Amino acid sequence: MDNSNVDKGRRRFLTAAATVVGGAGAAAGAVPFIATMTPSEKTKAIGAPVEVDISKLKPGERMIQKWQGKPVWILRRTQEMLDDIALQDEAVSDPASEASSQPEYARNEYRAREDEYLVVIGICTHLGCSPTFVLKDGDNSPVVDWKGGFFCPCHGSRFDLAGRVFKGVPAPTNLVIPPYKFISPSQLLIGDDSEAA
Amino acid sequence: MPSYKQLYKLTFILLMSISVSASAAGGAKLMHMEVDLSNQESLQRGAKTFVNYCLSCHAAAYMRYNRMGQDLGISEDVLKANFMFGTDKVGDTMTIAMTNADSLRFFGVSPPDLSVIARARGADWLYSYFKTFYVDKSRPFGVNNLTFKDVGMPHVLWELQGAQRLAHMESEGGEHHTPTYADLEIITPGKQSEAEYDQTIQDLVNFMVYLGEPIKLKRGKIGVWVLMYLFVFLIVAYMLKKEYWRDVH
Amino acid sequence: MANIEKNIIDGLTGLRDWVDDRFPLMQNWNEHLAKYYAPKNFNFWYYFGSFALLVFAIQILTGIWLTMNYKPSAADAFASVEYIMRDVSWGWFIRYMHSTGASAFFIVIYLHMFRALLYGSYKKPRELLWLSGMGLYLVLMGEAFFGYLLPWGQMSYWGAQVIISLFGALPIIGDDLSLWIRGDFVVSDVTLNRFFSLHVIAFPLLIFGLIGAHILALHEVGSNNPDGVEIKKNKNAEGIPVDGIPFHPYYTVKDIFGATVFLIFFFGVVFFMPEMNGYFLEHANFVPADPLKTPEHIAPVWYFTPFYAILRAVPDQLGGVIAMGLATNIFLLLPWLDRSPVKSTRYRGWNFRCALTLFVISFLVLGWLGMQPVTPLFTWMARFFSLVYFAFFLLMPFYTAIDNDKSVPDRVKD
Repeated sequence: MDNSNVDKGRRRFLTAAATVVGGAGAAAGAVPFIATMTPSEKTKAIGAPVEVDISKLKPGERMIQKWQGKPVWILRRTQEMLDDIALQDEAVSDPASEASSQPEYARNEYRAREDEYLVVIGICTHLGCSPTFVLKDGDNSPVVDWKGGFFCPCHGSRFDLAGRVFKGVPAPTNLVIPPYKFISPSQLLIGDDSEAA
Repeated sequence: MPSYKQLYKLTFILLMSISVSASAAGGAKLMHMEVDLSNQESLQRGAKTFVNYCLSCHAAAYMRYNRMGQDLGISEDVLKANFMFGTDKVGDTMTIAMTNADSLRFFGVSPPDLSVIARARGADWLYSYFKTFYVDKSRPFGVNNLTFKDVGMPHVLWELQGAQRLAHMESEGGEHHTPTYADLEIITPGKQSEAEYDQTIQDLVNFMVYLGEPIKLKRGKIGVWVLMYLFVFLIVAYMLKKEYWRDVH
Repeated sequence: MANIEKNIIDGLTGLRDWVDDRFPLMQNWNEHLAKYYAPKNFNFWYYFGSFALLVFAIQILTGIWLTMNYKPSAADAFASVEYIMRDVSWGWFIRYMHSTGASAFFIVIYLHMFRALLYGSYKKPRELLWLSGMGLYLVLMGEAFFGYLLPWGQMSYWGAQVIISLFGALPIIGDDLSLWIRGDFVVSDVTLNRFFSLHVIAFPLLIFGLIGAHILALHEVGSNNPDGVEIKKNKNAEGIPVDGIPFHPYYTVKDIFGATVFLIFFFGVVFFMPEMNGYFLEHANFVPADPLKTPEHIAPVWYFTPFYAILRAVPDQLGGVIAMGLATNIFLLLPWLDRSPVKSTRYRGWNFRCALTLFVISFLVLGWLGMQPVTPLFTWMARFFSLVYFAFFLLMPFYTAIDNDKSVPDRVKD
């Protein structure tokens, strides 16, 4: 074998060229494999926006609707409940919802498009359990002077009737508000808040 | 004397050509059509025919409406207005309301799902099938089919094609005459002329070929890019190989 | 700038040495790549070993990804494949790579085996190399057979039904054996689930192990070459074969080139003709499995058809099974059937050359016959060519012993 006339520079260049071009191909080839693991059309179809009929929901009652596999609570709040929310501003850690996740139209006092209806994802922002709905004068009030709200049994986090997290509990942020809109006064569309075409 | 390598190569070529021609000759001769998936209007017309005539009994359960809309250039509104009858969710699949039990009762056999029928039977078979229904009083629905003998399906498209019959069937004496496509003749005209019906069927079959493999519209184009890249890399790889192998004598 | 480059190189070298103190990294790198001396005269036929490794890697990768979405139950399997083809992003691409890869695997392996016949790579001292390779071939056939049931189409179902019934033909144990394989009285959901396990994990592990053994056996003895000359017989003062070149970089660089050509063909098929006219993806398999209705024409996938033709050629059911078993396994005896001291057909007499030519012709014709429906003419042809096929092996001790071999050179030819 003849090693005498080796042009090292040319070899290095060609090796580098092959590595770069080959690397580009390998990277491009990896894309389909990664993309394949993103939600499929079936998953997206199941996770599509869902219509909810709220005509039968009475004041003070809560209904649960599944959307994208998650529980969405729709709570029809009474005037008393709304008044109690205002009283909690000192006790919650993020009264103006600056650090939590909600659409623009829910970044207000009652965290909703319309004060009467709370639409919120019922998953604790700590580690994902689903809190229980505890009314104001219920037998199982988690603390003294409980004004109504949600209590998470896993690690004791508490949220008020606007889904705002109380101070001194493990959960870091307020309950998440999903995108939603009213198709009619008695019908919600959860998962879609686009303006009418 | 030819080297054994040449002999081997010759034999291989010979055998491949035999097998290709043999496999084509197997089975009855079908009518032929040129499938054209690049003609979007044809696919749209075919989709229309499919949802209007086929979807009441046959499902296409592996196809989603929104996929069809995207691939065929049909907007969501037009999709909902003209193509979706049982549902209003564009993400749904093209299923039917009729249950298996019902279909068995009505037809004696469950109408098969048509999602991949074009891959199983082929375009020519489907094309021939739709064109070769003829009147046959002995059958439950009064029709038979030259491509699919004793089929359980009625001639759903009869209002477009009209009714056909097999001429020369009342043949002389005990002569056994195997009917061919040439024996078919229209006895009652339908809404469409022969040329129009032929176009309708070609559109329908085009659509069904698309239905069987939606990605067929796109994979060739992606393939061109992949092969172009590989040829570029081939040049670099070849130069690299040549450079190193200068050492070797 | 040169300083940064030098620092990076020093860093990497340091890391390499740290690992090398604790793991036989450089020892194996040298033994199997940088200082593994391979003959310098490898030709076209020598690409197929590395192609086989490439296809194996493709099948494992695409197989893993398919398993993320495939459902191994009779109720869901067919639908899950269509789900992959339509709803999963790029799912069609992974599916077509896997189906093309399956056929590509057999094309590559048959050509790889043919190389061994051309150059006597099965002969002493490479008998274990050949046996491990034959083991790989038989396991690969099993792997393909199990995998083919998974789409749960008509051909999947009835092909499995037919092949398992062959085991039922064996005397005494036959019925219990086929019942045990199926786990049920007919091919069913139970069968599908266990074939899934065998296809996805059991046989791939076996193949992986056998590949390791195969390469170790190769490296122990050293590669053969188109001239059939043992390069280890001619070493220079440093103990390096004069006709040898280190595998790395010469054959790594050559195999990268070869692999690129292979991938051009491979992706040409994947993107432009994945069905290959019904040979790679059979038309009948687009109809969901129906236990009550057998398709008109059951044929195995193309890579099994030579053996299927031999099976059908024998008029007796058990006889056919035995003939088919013999046809696949007789290759194992090759190192001992071949009595000629000469390895490569370049230097062998006309007896072996003619016999090999006739064998190849009979293999191809039998392969074609295995795809055709049964007719009297085809049956006669299948019988004739089966005899030629077996004669290649059974008469080999005789025609190779009296063959007029040429003298083999000491050094490889350029």
